[in-house]
Amino acid sequence: MGRFSPRSILLGLAAPIGALIFAALVCSVILGVTGHSPIDTMDAMVDSLTKPRLGPRTFVNSLNSATTYYLAAVAVAIGFRMRLFNIGVNGQYQLAAMVAAALASASWMVGAPSFLRIALTLIAAMLVGAAWAGLAALLKVTRGVSEVISTIMLNAIATSLITFLLSPDRMGAVDPSGNDTRTAKIDVGGQVDGLSYPGTGSKIYGLVFLAVLVGLAYWFVLSRTRFGFELKATGLSEEAAVASGVSVKRMVVYSLLLSGAAAGLVGMPALLGDIYTYSSQNFPSTVGFTGIAVALLGRNHPLGMGVAALLWGLLDNTANSLDVAGVPKEIVAIMQGVIVLSVVVAYELVRRYRVRLEQRDVGRALGTTKAPVNADAEEVPA
Amino acid sequence: MSTHEPTEAATDGATAPLAVELTGITKRFPGVVANSDVNISVRAGTVHALVGENGAGKSTLMKILYGMQRPDEGTIAVDGREVVFHSPADAIEVGIGMVHQHFMLADNLTVLENVVLGAEPRSGLGLDFAAARRKISELSTTYGLGIEPDVLVDELGVGARQRVEILKVLFRGARTLILDEPTAVLVPQEVEELFDNLRDLKAEGLTILFISHKLDEVLSVADDITVMRRGTTVASVVPSEVNSRQLAELMVGSALPVPELRESTVTDRPVLTVDGLTVTAADGRTVLNDLSFTIHAGEVLGIAGVEGNGQAELVEALMGIRALAHGSVRLGALDITRMPTRKRRERGIGYIPEDRHRQGVLLEGTLWENRILGHQTRPPNVRGPLLNRAGARKDTERIVAEYDVRTPGIEVAAAALSGGNQQKLIVGREMSGEPVLLIASHPTRGVDVGAQAAIWEHIRQARANELAVLLISADLDELIGMSDSLRVILRGKLVAEYDPKTVTPEQLGSAMTGAAGEVSTGNGEVA
Repeated sequence: MGRFSPRSILLGLAAPIGALIFAALVCSVILGVTGHSPIDTMDAMVDSLTKPRLGPRTFVNSLNSATTYYLAAVAVAIGFRMRLFNIGVNGQYQLAAMVAAALASASWMVGAPSFLRIALTLIAAMLVGAAWAGLAALLKVTRGVSEVISTIMLNAIATSLITFLLSPDRMGAVDPSGNDTRTAKIDVGGQVDGLSYPGTGSKIYGLVFLAVLVGLAYWFVLSRTRFGFELKATGLSEEAAVASGVSVKRMVVYSLLLSGAAAGLVGMPALLGDIYTYSSQNFPSTVGFTGIAVALLGRNHPLGMGVAALLWGLLDNTANSLDVAGVPKEIVAIMQGVIVLSVVVAYELVRRYRVRLEQRDVGRALGTTKAPVNADAEEVPA
Repeated sequence: MSTHEPTEAATDGATAPLAVELTGITKRFPGVVANSDVNISVRAGTVHALVGENGAGKSTLMKILYGMQRPDEGTIAVDGREVVFHSPADAIEVGIGMVHQHFMLADNLTVLENVVLGAEPRSGLGLDFAAARRKISELSTTYGLGIEPDVLVDELGVGARQRVEILKVLFRGARTLILDEPTAVLVPQEVEELFDNLRDLKAEGLTILFISHKLDEVLSVADDITVMRRGTTVASVVPSEVNSRQLAELMVGSALPVPELRESTVTDRPVLTVDGLTVTAADGRTVLNDLSFTIHAGEVLGIAGVEGNGQAELVEALMGIRALAHGSVRLGALDITRMPTRKRRERGIGYIPEDRHRQGVLLEGTLWENRILGHQTRPPNVRGPLLNRAGARKDTERIVAEYDVRTPGIEVAAAALSGGNQQKLIVGREMSGEPVLLIASHPTRGVDVGAQAAIWEHIRQARANELAVLLISADLDELIGMSDSLRVILRGKLVAEYDPKTVTPEQLGSAMTGAAGEVSTGNGEVA
């Protein structure tokens, strides 16, 4: 009955690993049916990680993708903990990235110390993300609008708003090529240096540490603070939370604001470490949905989501080598889809099994003998 | 007292065939008391009572007999033939029907529609309502149930709804009826009516398995009694040979606790003062109408009433979950009318909710997380904005020990415990942090006799320490025994006041149903 018994760890790993194996099998079948060799496909993906020159670059790119995915997953997971479905991470991070990019490249910022500039940029991104999610929170607590509906609609509105704001006479800048809209480029003082990795010119995003920090904060707030407890209690039983003096409306507002703030950071590693400008064509635009998949796979757990984000990054970046091997790289998207679907099913199965197991343990510890129950209970290590 | 081995009951009634025979039933599942080696023989055409304290394994056993769960060991024989049930459908097939404690009826459908639901009589492609209506009237007349097929269930009282449930089971061809705690929701007069119905059913040759822990009722209606304790059958007796005290001792293995207060501890210091409290529902209906009362330190105020007359709303209004339309609530000298729930709890209001799964526990949370629930702003659970997990764990250990919560540890989920043990955890939690007012809604519902005695004792002690208690209960003995003063609530109004020292359950029952007619005070005198 311990907190970290080998059995509970094994059960926790069974579902994701099972789902992974199942997804690999499904993909093998699809590859086989379409006349490709599953083994060759696997080889090509592994090659892209182990070849000199190519390998380190793929690894760095995977880690960079994972950094972004992880931030998105945390944003989604904050909502999930309260049974809130924030599908608006896309809109939140894009709007936040655009405003932050405009701010970071603004002429009055140029003279400021680098640290201050970066901090201001990050804070602005969080505020914009929180504000955009806050609209959904406001609608939910005052008018009862489902956050699923409002956040997805706010995604569409955010896209239009960004187009509007990217005009050169507002927050945008003139694009030299003339066929994109974008913000001015952030100069060196506002950039975050990457970390070199042997064997490749690609750099690891400096803001990978921000993702780690966000993960730590997420873990700490949820499991160690009163706020986290109230969030969890509301997610488990709203009525019990109300009876315990938790204001559910306030929790909805706080959790969506926090979710939006985390979402605001999603675009930052790429913006400050690689692209240095927000452009409507070259900025990643669907990371929010990847975040949902990663949060599901990682069970909203800070470490679990880290592993899931890395897996997602690796799958995405090794897929690029498949075209060379003559295999359509969309097979990776299929694999990702199957993983998410099967992992949801697997988690539910494991959960039910775990409940049964626990009930049986309690029954065995207390009920099956006619000896005084208390004496029995004391023999069981708690 | 003469008790005999369960198997002897069979030889007693050797002439009558056995409707149901359970032999050596063992079930290792799920909570604290599993069934081990249960033996019961039910003679056809009798009312057979199964008694035992809550958690003794009665419900598990009945679920096995109704096909909802399968035994690990042992056999079930119906009418002398051994059967194996995979689902309730199999049980219905051989003529076993179950009337659940909580009614499963759709309010906005008629009796007829409710009865045929899931067992619709067909004629070709359509439904043969005419035949169903005929059959229902026929059954109703034969067994004296007095049910009209075309009345909306919404318009029926509790007693009539229960008869509809019985009719539903009979409609499906049941010859053996299992009634799970059928009197829990009834006032004394309705209980008498139900027993008349049961006697009619018996006279028509049906067999009744009657589950209860109310011994006077069992003694008045049963032909045979089987006693369960700690998951096994411990005795089989006939009512003429035992009295209720002996039966109780068989049930608990020791003396029965009595709800009673010692000398009065009522002081003249008001703790809760409610004045003109009025609550309206979302649809504008007045659910609580101008309630005024005061609870003093050291006083237990009991509220009697049939469920659904505003008790739940009163509790929620006092807890700050539901807003008042008019009136005021004061805690001591402090006006708390608009104070949020958390502040009220911090000021020392303890709360034992009526439905613990809904409001009292996080089923998926561990025991120590449940210790924090509702007390998440106070030590030993928190240090500033941070949880004090070690403190909460340690205090949970204390509650588990002091309140005899039977669990192998505090890391298990609350869902793994039996209802009684969940309740003991809640009571222990709400008694922590020195409450000044305890709002107790059915505090001993669904707990075993031992726990009941312990909970009563804790209330007595707290009362002696000048706690004010609002006690709402469906158990009239508990209300009368544990209260310093008694009020009756009917359709959202406090209609009568009684002195618990002199009132009888029958008087209370009359006032609860409105049968007393006049608004009364004192010993039922007209105000």
